[in-house]
Amino acid sequence: MSTPHPTSHTPRPTPSPDLEEIEIQLLLEGVYRLYGFDFRNYAPSSLKRRVRNLMEAEALSSISALQDRVLHDTSCMERFLLGVTVHVTAMFRDPGFFVRFRNQVVPLLSTYPFIRIWHAGCSTGQEVYSLAILLLEEGLYHRCRIYATDMNERVLQKAKSGIYPLELMQEYTQLYLKAGGKRSFSEYYTAAYDNAAFRASLRENIIFSQHNLATDHSFNEFHVILCRNVLIYFDPVLQKRVHQLFYDSLCPLGILGLGRQETLRLTPYEPHYEELGDRIYRRLH
Amino acid sequence: MAFEIIVIGTSLGGLSALRVLLGSLPRDFPLAIAVVQHRYKDFNNSLSSFLQQFLSLPIKDVEDKDPIQPGKIYLAPADYHLLVEPGYFSLSIDEPVSFARPSIDVLFESAADTYRDRTVGIVLTGANHDGARGLSSIKTANGLTIVQDPASAESNIMPLAAIAATCVDAILPLAEIAPYLMNRCASVRS
Ligand SMILES: C[S@@+](CC[C@H](N)C(=O)[O-])C[C@H]1O[C@@H](n2cnc3c(N)ncnc32)[C@H](O)[C@@H]1O
Repeated sequence: MSTPHPTSHTPRPTPSPDLEEIEIQLLLEGVYRLYGFDFRNYAPSSLKRRVRNLMEAEALSSISALQDRVLHDTSCMERFLLGVTVHVTAMFRDPGFFVRFRNQVVPLLSTYPFIRIWHAGCSTGQEVYSLAILLLEEGLYHRCRIYATDMNERVLQKAKSGIYPLELMQEYTQLYLKAGGKRSFSEYYTAAYDNAAFRASLRENIIFSQHNLATDHSFNEFHVILCRNVLIYFDPVLQKRVHQLFYDSLCPLGILGLGRQETLRLTPYEPHYEELGDRIYRRLH
Repeated sequence: MAFEIIVIGTSLGGLSALRVLLGSLPRDFPLAIAVVQHRYKDFNNSLSSFLQQFLSLPIKDVEDKDPIQPGKIYLAPADYHLLVEPGYFSLSIDEPVSFARPSIDVLFESAADTYRDRTVGIVLTGANHDGARGLSSIKTANGLTIVQDPASAESNIMPLAAIAATCVDAILPLAEIAPYLMNRCASVRS
């Protein structure tokens, strides 16, 4: 069987998928060169999904048209930034992780006079407040400094405000209890209209700041680094870069916490950690 | 044409349907299989160990960036979307799509994008419309599309929606899907 006349092929009626790939690459290249945000090593399929959704939301018919708008209109770039990354988060998501943190990490941390924690990709902050509550209940919070970072200014502002829809509190209360919460969850916020505002004392030791895992460097040495459900959006090359960054930023015997379906298995750093369970890893040396 | 991946989506009634379909595949089945079964988000990773008892192929909940290997069954973990990339899987916690996370459409569309006409898509029993759009993307990419015969489905809504959305290649009673796959996939091996 052979195809003797390749030139006799009729062109495909639908836009070629390869063209779309080229357009996406050009868009990401442009965004990187003009704005400095580097999405070139994000996991291609999930990124493509987000870019297509954005194109539809902007009522545009091609990714090249989206590129044109993103490069010429900074407000569109802001929407691009918000649209192309995912900010879904919750308090005490995967309660098992927090139970394990309470039982196994807290005793380790209590031996330090001062504890530096980096929470990378904190999104709108729900997880940082969860951590603050846990540390408070374990009597460690006053000794902690938590650096909560995300690449997106907008979500950091929300995180700083600590104000979330009241309707979420029922779900969060359930998760808090499953996570081994020791008090009444409602102690930690005040309800005002449809919102719950978390106590300002919870953020006393939290520093919110912008940091991009794809392009920025380490800024301190930490006892704990949490980065959950962020690396899933990266391809293996960028994951490796970020794991190097984390490894270099952890003190010996420091703790790395990942999301429920994330591992160090396919990275060169696996042999340098032991797993304590529930995606909590301890740097060996 | 050589297929590289089979994607399967199911919802209500899926557990027993998956048992029949996946349980009939032999140990030397040559393709990777990715499955979305809608389920409650706290229903952690016990589904794969439950199913494993009935299967001769190994099944696992996908961990991020798992390589796509032939002869293995990959299950979308509870509360994560499963996406196909070139050679590996990615997960995401993007918003649910038509109330579902994992979403069948998300898996199918990414498979169609990545593996084009080397994709086989199968829609099984279920009581919603998830999978209909994804199956038509597979069809558009010239992949092979199969739907469980609505008459043999515990819930026929999902098969009917898929059939309405695209001109599918085969509508088969549940028990005939595995033999059909073995036939189509064995014939391309040489
Ligand atoms: C899905 S949220 C995860 C939130 C939280 N950790 C959780 O698991 O619930 C992903 C976050 O990662 C952030 N992000 C994506 N790419 C990033 C990068 N290159 N550097 C820093 N943050 C990034 C996004 O802005 C988003 O807020």
